[in-house]
Amino acid sequence: MTQVTMTVNGKAASGEVEGRTLLSSFLRDELKLTGTHVGCDTSQCGACVVHVDGVAVKSCTMLAAEADGADVSTIEGQANADGSLNVIQQAFQDHHGLQCGFCTPGMVMSAAALLKDNPKPSEQEVRDYLEGNICRCTGYHNIIKAIMAASGQDVGAIAAE
Amino acid sequence: MPKDGGIGASSKRREDVRFLTGVGNYTDDINIHGQAHVFFLRSDIAHGTLNAVDTTAASGMPGVVRVFTGDDFAGVGSIPCGWQVTDKHGEPMQEPAHPVLATGKVRHVGEPIAAVVAETLEQARDAAEAINVDITELPAVVDMKAALADGSAKVHDDLANNLCYDWGFVEENKAATDAAFEAAAHVTSLELVNNRLVANPMEPRVAVGDYARGTDEHTLYTTSQNPHVIRLLMGAFVLGIPEHKLRVVAPDVGGGFGTKIFHYQEEAFCTFAAKACNRAVKWTSSRTEAFMSDAHGRDHVTKIELALDADNNFTALRTETHANMGAYLSTFAPSVPTWLHGTLMAGNYKTPLIYVNVKAVFTNTVPVDAYRGAGRPEATFQLERVVDKAARELGVDPIALRRQNFITEFPYATPVAVEYDTGDYNATMDKLEEMGDFAGFAARRAASEAKGKLRGLGVNCYIEACGIAPSNLVGQLGARAGLYESATVRVNATGGLVVMTGSHSHGQGHETSFAQVVADMIGIDESMIEIVHGDTSKVPMGMGTYGSRSIAVGGSAMVRATEKIINKAKKIASHLLEASETDIELKDGAFSVAGTDKSVAWGDVTLAAYVPHNYPLEDIEPGLEETAFYDPSNFTYPSGAYACEVEVDPDTGKVSIERFAAADDFGNIINPMIVTGQVHGGLAQGIGQALLENCAYDDNGQLLSASYMDYAMPRADDLPMFSVDHSCQTPCTHNPLGVKGCGEAGAIGSPPAVVNAVVDALQSAGKDVTHVDMPLSPDRVWAAMQ
Amino acid sequence: MYNFDFEKPESVADAIAALQGEEAQALGGGQTLIPTLKQRLASPSTLVSLKGIAEMQGVCMGDDGSVCIGGATNHATVAAEAGAYPALADTAAHIGDPAVRNRGTVGGSLANNDPSACYPAAALGSGATIVTNARQIAADDFFQGMFTTALDEGEIITEVRFPVPEKANYQKFVQPASRFALVGVYVAKYADGVRVAITGASNDGVFRWAEAEAALSANFSASALDGLSLSGDDMISDLHGTGEYRAHLCAVMTKRAVSAAA
Repeated sequence: MTQVTMTVNGKAASGEVEGRTLLSSFLRDELKLTGTHVGCDTSQCGACVVHVDGVAVKSCTMLAAEADGADVSTIEGQANADGSLNVIQQAFQDHHGLQCGFCTPGMVMSAAALLKDNPKPSEQEVRDYLEGNICRCTGYHNIIKAIMAASGQDVGAIAAE
Repeated sequence: MPKDGGIGASSKRREDVRFLTGVGNYTDDINIHGQAHVFFLRSDIAHGTLNAVDTTAASGMPGVVRVFTGDDFAGVGSIPCGWQVTDKHGEPMQEPAHPVLATGKVRHVGEPIAAVVAETLEQARDAAEAINVDITELPAVVDMKAALADGSAKVHDDLANNLCYDWGFVEENKAATDAAFEAAAHVTSLELVNNRLVANPMEPRVAVGDYARGTDEHTLYTTSQNPHVIRLLMGAFVLGIPEHKLRVVAPDVGGGFGTKIFHYQEEAFCTFAAKACNRAVKWTSSRTEAFMSDAHGRDHVTKIELALDADNNFTALRTETHANMGAYLSTFAPSVPTWLHGTLMAGNYKTPLIYVNVKAVFTNTVPVDAYRGAGRPEATFQLERVVDKAARELGVDPIALRRQNFITEFPYATPVAVEYDTGDYNATMDKLEEMGDFAGFAARRAASEAKGKLRGLGVNCYIEACGIAPSNLVGQLGARAGLYESATVRVNATGGLVVMTGSHSHGQGHETSFAQVVADMIGIDESMIEIVHGDTSKVPMGMGTYGSRSIAVGGSAMVRATEKIINKAKKIASHLLEASETDIELKDGAFSVAGTDKSVAWGDVTLAAYVPHNYPLEDIEPGLEETAFYDPSNFTYPSGAYACEVEVDPDTGKVSIERFAAADDFGNIINPMIVTGQVHGGLAQGIGQALLENCAYDDNGQLLSASYMDYAMPRADDLPMFSVDHSCQTPCTHNPLGVKGCGEAGAIGSPPAVVNAVVDALQSAGKDVTHVDMPLSPDRVWAAMQ
Repeated sequence: MYNFDFEKPESVADAIAALQGEEAQALGGGQTLIPTLKQRLASPSTLVSLKGIAEMQGVCMGDDGSVCIGGATNHATVAAEAGAYPALADTAAHIGDPAVRNRGTVGGSLANNDPSACYPAAALGSGATIVTNARQIAADDFFQGMFTTALDEGEIITEVRFPVPEKANYQKFVQPASRFALVGVYVAKYADGVRVAITGASNDGVFRWAEAEAALSANFSASALDGLSLSGDDMISDLHGTGEYRAHLCAVMTKRAVSAAA
């Protein structure tokens, strides 16, 4: 067992981990931040996406020890300081970009990473960026719409309520 | 004008806030003090004799609490099947036992052989590797037709053969149907495969068993669409726990799509082991385990024939289907290829004679059961493919051929035992033609061809039966359960309401849409209503969510309970207002006396119910809480017309969806935003089936697609923006909301549109291709073109 | 996963020392290794992360004009910083998905030599030099069959040097489930000839298509490939395509790469 220390959502966090402890397990089991989900074991589904030192990573495919000393952001740290939904979260609610909610944390974290790099993505750019985030409920239509709306683009022309 | 609340409003979903901030409560988020973890040792052999399971070494491994094998379940019942189909000779289906842990034989890759309970999951897994399993491998039964041949190995030695049942429907119509084929001017036939799928909700299954020794009470937290059904099946048939000592909780559930309806061994194991070990026992499926233990879907092989007269009227339809049951009968498996499939073979058409034959077959594969649509996608796919093929053979417009044969008068009794209450198939087709801009197709095809691509347009209709189901009818058909739904409406003294519904939401947004209905009925704000579901200790006996039944059946129960509330509240109001009850009107949350300005607010009435100082105690009881059970008198029949435009890359065979339009008739709509989202999701799964998804076994029964590395899930860049409309509304005539159900339509209606479009594209290039089996993956399309 | 010790040295020397331990294994970005470990298909006693070694990070220009990439540089960095070799940057920009690109490394990809990975095609197609702690290995000598390379036990890739061609392009036809290459073709035109490297197709891993190279060296146009084909007999045949189909795609993707080369 080794000690790891990292900043999670702006707060110091530390704990004992084995070499094999995944970052996703550390967040869920040690820190009780269960918003980060695990939906596969082959690094495909993206439900576990968090930000490590400002970039999106799959926390089920990174060891907790690799994140020692890192700055980690998870879905639990995304809301505004007053607890209200941030722009991306609000857009997901406004445009019905989630149904069962299981892939949603990863989707929101990927969307945040995308908009940081590309503040006004096209529909195709959003679709391409979400290659590593699988949603089984929405058909992606409303996720794409929500992300484009969150970027400040007019999505009125995109079909349906 | 869009409404801003109540029925018909696109109210934002209240459940979203917790999901978007990471504070949902999914089953894997539940941890009980002192819990142990279980790892299942699963068979890597499809079929074999289980000679011995030696757990000696494993039992002594670090952290191990206990190792279980099939012997530990000697006094425990079989995992039950909830539907008994009767074959065409009137005999019951062959029904094998289904042990919690394998005994005697292993029958599919993934079948649990032993289970290790340990302090940590990794310790359990370490110990599982030390279990010594002695299996003599037997020939695997994989291909359904070979399974029925003389001399085939048997999946179950105690059954006569691998045939679960041979079902004929309607048997009395067979001779007349055959005669109609003899007399036909034209017969179109088609052999096709409805590919095996894996439902793949993004949340893998989880079960946490807990046991309170002091009260002898069991609790199971599980990823279920229907916790009461699990409580009944597991308590009464498997573990022998009375329902009052067994609580089943299905909290936030991350998608179901059918595969979380069924009662699984892992649920029974965790409940059993929690008592045996006297501590909570948790199992979390990995995705790899999910592929080999979640019930699969579809897997039909069908020959369909359509007879037409000289004027292109459909005169008869005949099908022969082999339906894969897998190694055991999952909870509702026998009903899927029969009553959820054969009864839909009329589709949207007035074909007078129909005969459906289904042979259900045991194989050494994972059990197959209901997956989004369940039988109705299989019916729709066959029918809409053969109609399209007939149009091409006859050289007539596929839409015109459909319109010519549409049912146009309702109610309509089909020759396959169901009665459609309402519908307007020409209206949805008209809408589709407008949405799909068919007039512009030729120009779009030319533009594609200029880029070296082939372009095709495929259209189809669908009808489905949902709102499952009238209990007395399904009882006659072999269901071992009632299919009503329940609701309790509890009004609090200060006017807020809690609705406890037997429906279960795992993505459908019931917390929002159900509240809209009650808010609308009483005229109060939606925020005053809380929807509770998913806990047998809180909710009256309910049957759960599947078959697009929640609003049609569960919503109706809630309406009935709310009507009782309103009736009682009117009595109270009439007392408070000193007026006749018949003069009391409820509007915008206030009771008034007709024709006067006298009124009393909702909250005053609810307070009076619980503080009955001024109250007609001699006539009515205090309190304001009512329960209703609603049993539908018929199915509901959503219908629609779908159009798909594809581009095919002739060099690689890759198909891309360029446009997709869906015109649905769901009757009345509670929340248009949610309904549209349900259609989007269904379309994605239907397009996934058509283009991407394929659960494949090799000849030895090894699962070839056991992870997302080989099972192609639709991703964002596989799909287009969808054009969805549900403005054509013929309300259901027999439920109080006039609703029909929308959850499965997209998955039912979309596969034939995609395949019809690809065939159209290939034929446009002069290719003699009349059918390609799903999924239309690049290699298959390319091979079809060679 | 079986348990292991985790080490994160800060120099190549320390990494090599750590890798001397029995059953020690290097960890790049872990995007293939960690899923493999989850399946318990490997059981290292120690994982030695190479991500803490500053000298193995980043993209720079070599004296000979080649683009030099530190072995522990992730794909996203290559995509962003290897602009001097646009086709290489573009290849890196389409490996896996964005989150994978933020972790996966060029050294890890090449050392693993997955038969469907993109980087082996780029390295072989570019005639890259794989620099290790001990030596320099030409790409032509490095790839020795599926999941097999010239690396010795405990040897790590510290840098990869890509000569910049006049024109190049990588065309990936993805396997629909994994999104790895069902067939990927890397074409690079150098002053002394054209190189064509193909991934995803062969049971022997990445390979060069000599006939296509000869034809393109004489005439760098898609039409130069007319009539050329590969046999599918020894190609991978699986759920996603037969050997025959893969062989067909090799020709199609090679033509497309030539047409798109810039």
